[in-house]
Amino acid sequence: MGLRRGHHAKPLEWLAEKLIFVVSLSAILVVFLIFVFIGREALPVLFGRMNTALVQKTIPVEQMDKLNPAQLQDYLGLTKEQFASMDRDTLKELMSLKIESSSESSTDKDASINTTQWRYLLRPHQWSGYDAPQFIWQPVSTIPKYNIVPLIIGSLKVTMVALIFAVPLALGAAIYVSQLARPRVRELAKPVIELLAGIPSVVLGFFALIVMATVLQRISGSQSRLNALCAGIALGFSVIPVVFSIAEDALTSVPRSYVQAALALGASKWKAASQVVLPAAVPGVFAAVALGFGRAIGETMIVLMASGNASVVSWNFFDSTRTITATIAAELGEVVFGSAHYRILFLIGVLLFIVTFLTNMTADIVMNRLKIRMEGKR
Amino acid sequence: MTSAGTTTHANDFTGKKGRRFRAARIDWASLLGTGATGLATLLIVAILGIILGNIFINGLPHVSWRFVSTGTATDMFDVNKAGILPMIFGTTARVILMTLFVLPMGVLTAIYLTEYARIHSPFTRIIRGAVNNLAGVPSIVFGLFGAGFFVHFIGRGMDSALQSGGAIVWGQPALIWASATLAVMTLPVVIIATEESLRAIPQGLREASLALGASKLETIIKIVLPQAVPGIMTGAILAISRAAGEVAPILFTGAAYYMRDLPSSLHDQFMDLGYHVFILSTQSPNVDKTRPLLYATVLVLLCLTFMLNIVAIFVRAKMRKKARMLH
Repeated sequence: MGLRRGHHAKPLEWLAEKLIFVVSLSAILVVFLIFVFIGREALPVLFGRMNTALVQKTIPVEQMDKLNPAQLQDYLGLTKEQFASMDRDTLKELMSLKIESSSESSTDKDASINTTQWRYLLRPHQWSGYDAPQFIWQPVSTIPKYNIVPLIIGSLKVTMVALIFAVPLALGAAIYVSQLARPRVRELAKPVIELLAGIPSVVLGFFALIVMATVLQRISGSQSRLNALCAGIALGFSVIPVVFSIAEDALTSVPRSYVQAALALGASKWKAASQVVLPAAVPGVFAAVALGFGRAIGETMIVLMASGNASVVSWNFFDSTRTITATIAAELGEVVFGSAHYRILFLIGVLLFIVTFLTNMTADIVMNRLKIRMEGKR
Repeated sequence: MTSAGTTTHANDFTGKKGRRFRAARIDWASLLGTGATGLATLLIVAILGIILGNIFINGLPHVSWRFVSTGTATDMFDVNKAGILPMIFGTTARVILMTLFVLPMGVLTAIYLTEYARIHSPFTRIIRGAVNNLAGVPSIVFGLFGAGFFVHFIGRGMDSALQSGGAIVWGQPALIWASATLAVMTLPVVIIATEESLRAIPQGLREASLALGASKLETIIKIVLPQAVPGIMTGAILAISRAAGEVAPILFTGAAYYMRDLPSSLHDQFMDLGYHVFILSTQSPNVDKTRPLLYATVLVLLCLTFMLNIVAIFVRAKMRKKARMLH
């Protein structure tokens, strides 16, 4: 750690030490690569380079020579390799085909809309056949609609249910286990609760789908068997161990002398825990909830199996709900590589990555501050 | 502490028979607080008990030797014919491969962080921040990353470099890419566990070795690492148990809905236990008929991940006790 080496390293050792250093960069490299490679696939949408309009402005074949090669390639929607391999006649043929197909395609006024533009991704639009402007996620239809608002609302809704269910339970348990319980109870309860983290999410999803959904429907009498409530509670099961173990750590890290001082002044154990220890550990509790949020919004299999997956804009907990993660998981397997739908799925992946990245970073900073304060370092 | 400990309100009564009115001074807030938090703890344990109990009771009667030792027969949704050997094989293979990828990377990074880097240098803090961040990235994002980076970038790149004549060999979802994706996902688990075990080794051991003339690298290889083996094992086991049940990262990087044969090379797809649970519970034509099969499969998956978890918890508890004794 702080030690200098006793004598100069031999060449082979020098090499080995450099290797260790290079490998240690892997974590940074991986975070960077994740950003680059998910972002790369989403880039054309971000910069408005995709066009899904069925009817486009066409250019008469005679004007072909007026376009430069790059424009022509863009106009015909070809890749560089394809473009290079084609001769003039083939290109001419393609241009006339394009005019033909666009005159044939439907007279629907929506057909001329490029649905990957930002305003169609985020703002409501009155599609033909609808009475009012609406948010619609309908990627597989003649006119694909990629409004991501229903998915964002779905994710937030399920996450909210999970946190409302899990945070009070996990915090209560953390206070009890770290401050109030007898040592023997503590030694037993802690690993048992942490065991909950060992249940694979696909198993929790299965449990929600097969067992919980039926029970919950019988109690609440809701219309759809699979809904945000069912998925949210199952999601809560996976959030509990996250919030519990971090909050418990934070509470335990509060110096023992705080509690002893409070007890000496005549406070009860509960008073000491709730009015001395808890306020001192508030940053840690905040970090625990933040990480719980990150876990909940990024969880995939549970919501994919138990939320019903209907993309509707509604804050009702008893409605079937589609989240960002479930959408990626359900649809990426079937999209054409490089298509607009494919790019949009990566775009919402980037969104998810940024949200969890910021959440983690905030939690990390807050925890570090708390640690420094508690250990009196620096 | 007993006089202050109103957690058990009986204290206020005993020994003061003549002064019953004192009962009015029961500390209701404390009582309520202790009760509520205790109840929360109990409730969590109960939830765990219900989930495990439900799965064990419904799954155990249908687990048999034939079930775990045969492949999928004609009907993969029929409990009397279907077996899960290909899924057990696939999950085991991807987890072993993942361990081979992640252990060297994770251990070397932890060695750098504890033995070479200065604790508070900005550079170390960036590495540590990246590790912590990586631990919180959603698993589906790793799936997207695996598809974009391993399958399409490296896989396709290998295909064009190896001149496979236009045929796609590596540039498609495969066992190796699923394992690599999982290795990236479990990297922080291994780093953090190894780091903890390295820090638990007394500084005096290193100093004694250096004082005897050993070089820094010799000290690390011959003195530090042997002591850290239990910690590294814990990290590996935790990584395996986390990865064994994950489905989201392998959806687009290698898991197959159905395969007739076991995978025979690194660029084959594979069937997976967790993914099979997902298929059975969502794709079955007859839910009631599939239910016994589903429960049995879940039970096998759960036993696999839980055994690993419990072993890890034990090894870690032992290690921490030992570390406390050494300091």
